[in-house]
Amino acid sequence: MIDRRLIHNFDWGLLLIVVLLGAMGLTTIYSAVTADPPPAPQKVLFYKQMVWFAIGIIVMAASFSFSYRLLDRWAHPIYIACVLLLLGVVVFGKFAGGSRRWLVLGPVHLQPSELIKIAIVLVLAKYYSKGSDPLGFSLRDLLRPMLLTALPFALIVIQPDLGTAGLVVLIAVTMTLFVKAERRALILLVTSAAALVPVVWSLLKEYQKQRILTFLNPDQDPLGSGYHIIQSKIAIGSGMISGKGYLQGTQNALSFLPEEHTDFIFSVLAEEWGAVGSIALILLFLILILWGLSIAHSCRDPFGTILAVGITALLAWQVVINIGMTMGLMPVVGVPLPLISYGGSSTLTVAICIGLLMNISMRRFLVD
Amino acid sequence: MERFLKPEEQDGYRPRIIGVMITVLVLFVALLLRLVYLQVVMGEEYYRLSMNNSIRLQTVDSPRGLILDRHGTKLAENRPSFDVNFTPKDAGDPGRVLTELSAHLQSPAEDLLAKVKHSRGLAAFKPVLLKQDIGRDVLAVVEARRVDLPGVSVQVRLRRNYLYGMNASHVIGYLGEVSLEELKSGDHPTLRSGDVIGKFGVERTFDDFLRGEPGGRQVEVNANGQVMRVLRTVSARPGRNVVLTVDRELQLRAEELLDGVAGAAVAVDPTNGHVLALASSPAFNQNTFVSGIASDAWESLISHPFRPLENKAIQGEYPPGSTFKIVTALAGLEEKAIDETTVFDCGGFLNYAGRDYRCWKKEGHGRVDIRRALAESCDVFFYRTGQRLGVDRLAWYAKAFGLGARTGIGLDQESRGLIPSSAWKKKRFGVAWQEGETLSVSIGQGYNLTTPLQMALLAAAVGNGGIRHRPLIMQRVETIEGEIVFQAEPQETGRLPISPRNLKMVQEGIWAAVNGERGTARRVHLPDIEIAGKTGTSQVIGRKDSGDDHIPPHLRPHAWFVCYAPAAAPKLAVSVVVENGEHGSSAAGPIAREMVKTYLRKVPDARRLAGDGVKVVVGGNG
Repeated sequence: MIDRRLIHNFDWGLLLIVVLLGAMGLTTIYSAVTADPPPAPQKVLFYKQMVWFAIGIIVMAASFSFSYRLLDRWAHPIYIACVLLLLGVVVFGKFAGGSRRWLVLGPVHLQPSELIKIAIVLVLAKYYSKGSDPLGFSLRDLLRPMLLTALPFALIVIQPDLGTAGLVVLIAVTMTLFVKAERRALILLVTSAAALVPVVWSLLKEYQKQRILTFLNPDQDPLGSGYHIIQSKIAIGSGMISGKGYLQGTQNALSFLPEEHTDFIFSVLAEEWGAVGSIALILLFLILILWGLSIAHSCRDPFGTILAVGITALLAWQVVINIGMTMGLMPVVGVPLPLISYGGSSTLTVAICIGLLMNISMRRFLVD
Repeated sequence: MERFLKPEEQDGYRPRIIGVMITVLVLFVALLLRLVYLQVVMGEEYYRLSMNNSIRLQTVDSPRGLILDRHGTKLAENRPSFDVNFTPKDAGDPGRVLTELSAHLQSPAEDLLAKVKHSRGLAAFKPVLLKQDIGRDVLAVVEARRVDLPGVSVQVRLRRNYLYGMNASHVIGYLGEVSLEELKSGDHPTLRSGDVIGKFGVERTFDDFLRGEPGGRQVEVNANGQVMRVLRTVSARPGRNVVLTVDRELQLRAEELLDGVAGAAVAVDPTNGHVLALASSPAFNQNTFVSGIASDAWESLISHPFRPLENKAIQGEYPPGSTFKIVTALAGLEEKAIDETTVFDCGGFLNYAGRDYRCWKKEGHGRVDIRRALAESCDVFFYRTGQRLGVDRLAWYAKAFGLGARTGIGLDQESRGLIPSSAWKKKRFGVAWQEGETLSVSIGQGYNLTTPLQMALLAAAVGNGGIRHRPLIMQRVETIEGEIVFQAEPQETGRLPISPRNLKMVQEGIWAAVNGERGTARRVHLPDIEIAGKTGTSQVIGRKDSGDDHIPPHLRPHAWFVCYAPAAAPKLAVSVVVENGEHGSSAAGPIAREMVKTYLRKVPDARRLAGDGVKVVVGGNG
């Protein structure tokens, strides 16, 4: 069912932003993976990422080929499937780098905690779009969204992946604030959450407490994440205004940067392209996010509006957390930079997000 | 059915989208301001830092806690070791430097180059470990040539040193590099690959206490790798000292007595469960494990016929032989299968189901009661007692005494032993229990298996009036300043389900075994200390009806002896097993006796030791 109006309404502007960001991402990944001194033939990661982008384009196209309104019906099955995948991680997950995050399916290492972010946005959009009292959602109304968020949150925390778990909560909170909740309910929730903190804290083991303290304040661990932060700051700062030049980053080349092609990719870009390049990237992200919000603004049904806001919030928080982390403004967490960081699951998640935004955008004038 | 926005809802959402946009703008302005601060305001400074690549991490080892005996004598400590490191980036011409260095270290330049090449995946500014623990002579040469050897540095690290090489090696255990599985388990969040962790014994069990927290420094270095300023320091926290319950003197004595045989000796304090000695023979030298054991040394340890790596005191499972008669006697009395007046006639064998079950004394003991039966270890008496009890009632008592289950000492790979029952046999072999097997089990043969530690604890409980204690190997944990971090309290795990009267009868029986005229353990008798004990000889192969004295050594029976002393108010309970030692009275008993002497007299009697057979002596009865 190809409707000519759909093609007419296709969001070419969004596509352009995404293509520009994707190009910056691939360029930077190439620099990050080739800069290592030999023998570190990681160039293969660059080609892998090209493959992921190709798959991403197909996934994106698939995500706008059907009407997003169908997702209202599919939200729960999708959510359940993603939760089952997360459970699979708990049981069969591959252990790497101190946590259990990946499901190994043949040659593919799937990270279900990436996909669950979209699933949560879907179920919350579905629930919130059914409407509330004029005063907003009451505490009783909010119980269900809280449970829908808490289950995957718990499964991600035990991996443990504190960054993604926090991100999931941020997205859910953003959506809840957006749809308006009763003031009474919000006050009650905030106070009870604050009251629970010391209780949970007392239940934690000593090393878990230590890990959270370090997470909140990397200066406490100058030999671990604190060291990464200072090296990242040196990389970004040393780029100065015009940068050291492409493939000329010394911090990058000497492996001072941890996870340079995933979590700290922004530092590589900032070192090589300086303020010029990094401000351009941040502005592009800003345009992408405002674009997403304007799609929400022009959408005429609650489900589409809330869905667009949720997806945009997902992207926005990842950008803010990741770039903030590399500049020492945020705790060191494994949150990838959309369209820039290396990673299959992350690329596919972002592709779905963009595809859904396009979906909502091109159907804004259509009435089924 | 789709629901579309009513005007009032649009009015609700649209302003809020504007609100979200404003929030996003604020966040992004914060990012941009931070970026400008880093790249424009601080740019020069960060550029300088990045050009020197001058920030290094140096780790500072935290000393591992000491292991001390109950009197505070050091068993394991740390000593300095000088390790040669090489930082490729600071070397200028790595090939020349390594060639020169190889002459001093007496290792081929190719090996050194290979080590450096191998770790090139790491950044060039990270030091590569070339050689560990160079002697002081080599150290002097390397330090003197410092100027000609850029990039070479000597690091002082702490290495484990076991003060009594071969002694208490099974208790203390050893260290090794942390394995991938241990890292993956998530139990050691602070450990990184290459770190050292306790692998066996106390080093492993109390690793969390013993291991300190490493510290480190973030430093800025100049072009020659010299530290210009220290940016940040995290001080190391030394490990805690672990004070064991082991008495070093008694432990060393037990090991000396076991020298040359395969076996184990355990001594516990019956009043609180403190393990005073836990010896297993042959031992190994823990110091060979410190810098990674050589593969041929490892090979010879694991192929040794006497299994030196096994802690026989807790891992070794042996049929308890006649020492089990203590259990049969207590069970029989308590179940009223026998009593003080019960007398069985021993004619040297018991015929059951057409088969003769022999007593060790061919000519027979004649008419024996419970006390004589224990003192002279009459098999027929206990065959009859066992017949009246049945295997399941016997098994119930054995389990209630702590046999067939781990004692919970906390050292790794502790064995359970085995106490057979009719249900067990049905499950294990699918066939019904045979009454004849009850006879074997009653004298500690057959399927029964116990560890030396289990039997020492049983002797302790019999001696102290029936109180069972959890064995303690560690008394307390202290900081290096001596502040007590953890104190292990004696823990009662239960009581023997035996009336005082019946217990007393058995105590008198095993007292007579050592002190009576015809006791099987007369050799163990001491003039000044009253010992109560029981010998045991456990068959390696089934006891044949026709006696044959020419059995090859590895099929000879194991010798057992369990005892406590002083008999009236025991301060020490001992169990000894000598593999293939044949007779409890001659091979195991004297070892236990010497341990009692060492601990209770504190002055070893050299004359007696030399005059009496402490080593394996064939002959006597068990």
